[in-house]
Amino acid sequence: MDLVVQQTVNALALGGTYALLALGLAVVFSIMGLINFAHGELMTIAGYTLMYCGIAGVSFVVSVPLAILAAMVAAVLMERIAFRPVRGASGATMLITSFAVSMILQVLFQNLISARSQAVALPQFLSESVRLGGIVIGVNKVAAIAATVAMLIFLDRFMSRQKTGIAMRAAAEDFAVARLMGIRANTVIAGAFAISGLLAGVAAVLWVSQRASVDPLMGFTPVLKAFIAAILGGLGSLRGAVAGGFVLGFIEVYLAAFLPQALQEFRDPIGLGIVVLILLFRPNGMIPSRFLGSVKV
Amino acid sequence: MTGAPLLSVRGLNVRYGAIQAVRGIDFTINAGEIVAFLGANGAGKSSTLNALVGLVPVAGGTVRFGAADITHLAPERLAPMGLTLAPEGRRVFAGLSVEENLRMGAYAVRDADRRAAAWEMVYDLFPILQERRKQFAGTLSGGQQQMLAIGRALMCGPKLLLLDEPSLGLAPKIVGQIFDLIAGLRDHDVTLGIVEQNVAMALEVADRGYVLAGGRIVAAGTAQELRQTDRLQAAYLGED
Repeated sequence: MDLVVQQTVNALALGGTYALLALGLAVVFSIMGLINFAHGELMTIAGYTLMYCGIAGVSFVVSVPLAILAAMVAAVLMERIAFRPVRGASGATMLITSFAVSMILQVLFQNLISARSQAVALPQFLSESVRLGGIVIGVNKVAAIAATVAMLIFLDRFMSRQKTGIAMRAAAEDFAVARLMGIRANTVIAGAFAISGLLAGVAAVLWVSQRASVDPLMGFTPVLKAFIAAILGGLGSLRGAVAGGFVLGFIEVYLAAFLPQALQEFRDPIGLGIVVLILLFRPNGMIPSRFLGSVKV
Repeated sequence: MTGAPLLSVRGLNVRYGAIQAVRGIDFTINAGEIVAFLGANGAGKSSTLNALVGLVPVAGGTVRFGAADITHLAPERLAPMGLTLAPEGRRVFAGLSVEENLRMGAYAVRDADRRAAAWEMVYDLFPILQERRKQFAGTLSGGQQQMLAIGRALMCGPKLLLLDEPSLGLAPKIVGQIFDLIAGLRDHDVTLGIVEQNVAMALEVADRGYVLAGGRIVAAGTAQELRQTDRLQAAYLGED
C-alpha cells in the first residue's frame, strides 16, 4: 500500500511536469496552429540559466525566477525572429521552422557551452525528504506537485479573468472575428509565447531539480513526451493537455514500478501501446478541442 | 436626417486568386443612414463588406472612413476608429460566456465611462443577454446568438456598423424581431450598412440600397424606388 502511495506521488510529480509542458505546446497551437518543437530548447535555456547562476553563486531564490524569465524572453524572441515571418503559412512550414530553431539552438549550446552534461548546483533541501504518515517523500517531488498546482491555478485565473487571457481564448476560436474587435494578432501571439515560455521555464526548474544536470539535448525527451500528452489529451485543448500530461505520467511511473522484472525492457512499448489504445477509442484525444478546424492567423 | 458621407468607396476591387468577386464599385454611406446591399448569392456583397473591414485584401480602389483612408488598414485598427462588422453566420465565441463575448467587443475601448455606457446600451437593447450573461454563447438559440453578435459589435461604440446577413438561418418570427431591433439602432446614433438576402425586410428598415450582380452595382436608389424597380428582380434572377 505504501508503495502505491509513494508511486502515486511520483506519478503526480512527473505527470505535472508533462502537463505544464503540454500546456505550453497547446497554448501556442490553439492560437497559431504551430506545433513548437523548439519548446524543449526553452527548457534547456532555463536549465543553463540555473547552471550559470549556480556557478556565479546566485541564491536559488533568485536563480529560479531568473531561469523562468530567461525561458519567457527566449520564447517571445523565438516568435519575433523565427515564427512571425511564417505566420499564416501552412502547418507543415511552421513545424519545419520549429525543427530548424530547435536544431540551431542545440548546436549553439554544444559549441558555445559544452556538448557534455553539466552539473547544476542545487540547494541541499531539495534532495532531502519529508515523512508523511508512514511514507517518505522527496522534497523535490512535493515542490513539483505544489508548483504544478500553483501554475494551473494561475493559468486558469488568467484565462478566465484577465482581458488578455479571454482575448487569447477568443482568438483561438475565431481569429478573424477577434481582430474585428480590435484584438491585435501580435499581442495575442506574443502573449501565447510568453505563457508557453513561463510554463517551459517552470517545467525546466522541476526537471533539473530531479536530475541536477543540464545538457544541450535536455529538452528533447520531456517535450517529446509532452507532445504525446498533448495528442493524448486532444491537440489544441488546454484541459486535454493537462489531463494527457497526468495520464502519461501515471502510465510511465506505474509501469516502471509494477511491471514484472521480465517485462521491464518492454516498458516504453507497453506505455505507448496504452496511449495508442486510448486514441483508438478517442481519436481526437480525451478532451478534444472544439475549435481544431478553426482558421489561424 | 442624413449627414455628411461617413464611408465613401471608389473603384473597389476584390479578387480571390483569378476570380474577381467585386469589380470596381462606388458607393457612399452617409452618417445616420441605413443602407442595404442586395443581390443574389455570389453577387459580391459579403466580399465588399469583408474588404471594407480588412478581412480580405483590397485589390484596387480606395475606402475612406470619415477623413481617414482605411483602404489597407488591418482589421484590428478599425474598431478603435468606430467601424466594425457583425459577420455572416454570427460567429459568436461559442466557448466564451455571453458576458465575455461582450467584454471582447469592448476590447478596443480604453475609456471606462464609454465602456459602462456600452454595457448599459446593449443590455437595454437585448435584455435576454443580461439574463443569460453567465451562459456559454454556444448554448444560445440562433436568434439570441444573432443578438449577441450585434450586441458584441455595438460594444466598441461604432459610428458605422456593418451587418452581414443578420437574418440568415433564423425563424421568420425571430427575423422580424431582429429587424425591429436594427431599426431601433437609429436612435443610438449608429449608422448601418446591411447585406441581406431578405429583400423585403431589408428595404423596410433601409433608407437607401444598392443592388449588386456579378460584382457590379446594377441599381441604386431609395428603398421606395428599389421596391418598385424591376432591376432588383433581374439581379436576383441573374438576367444581367
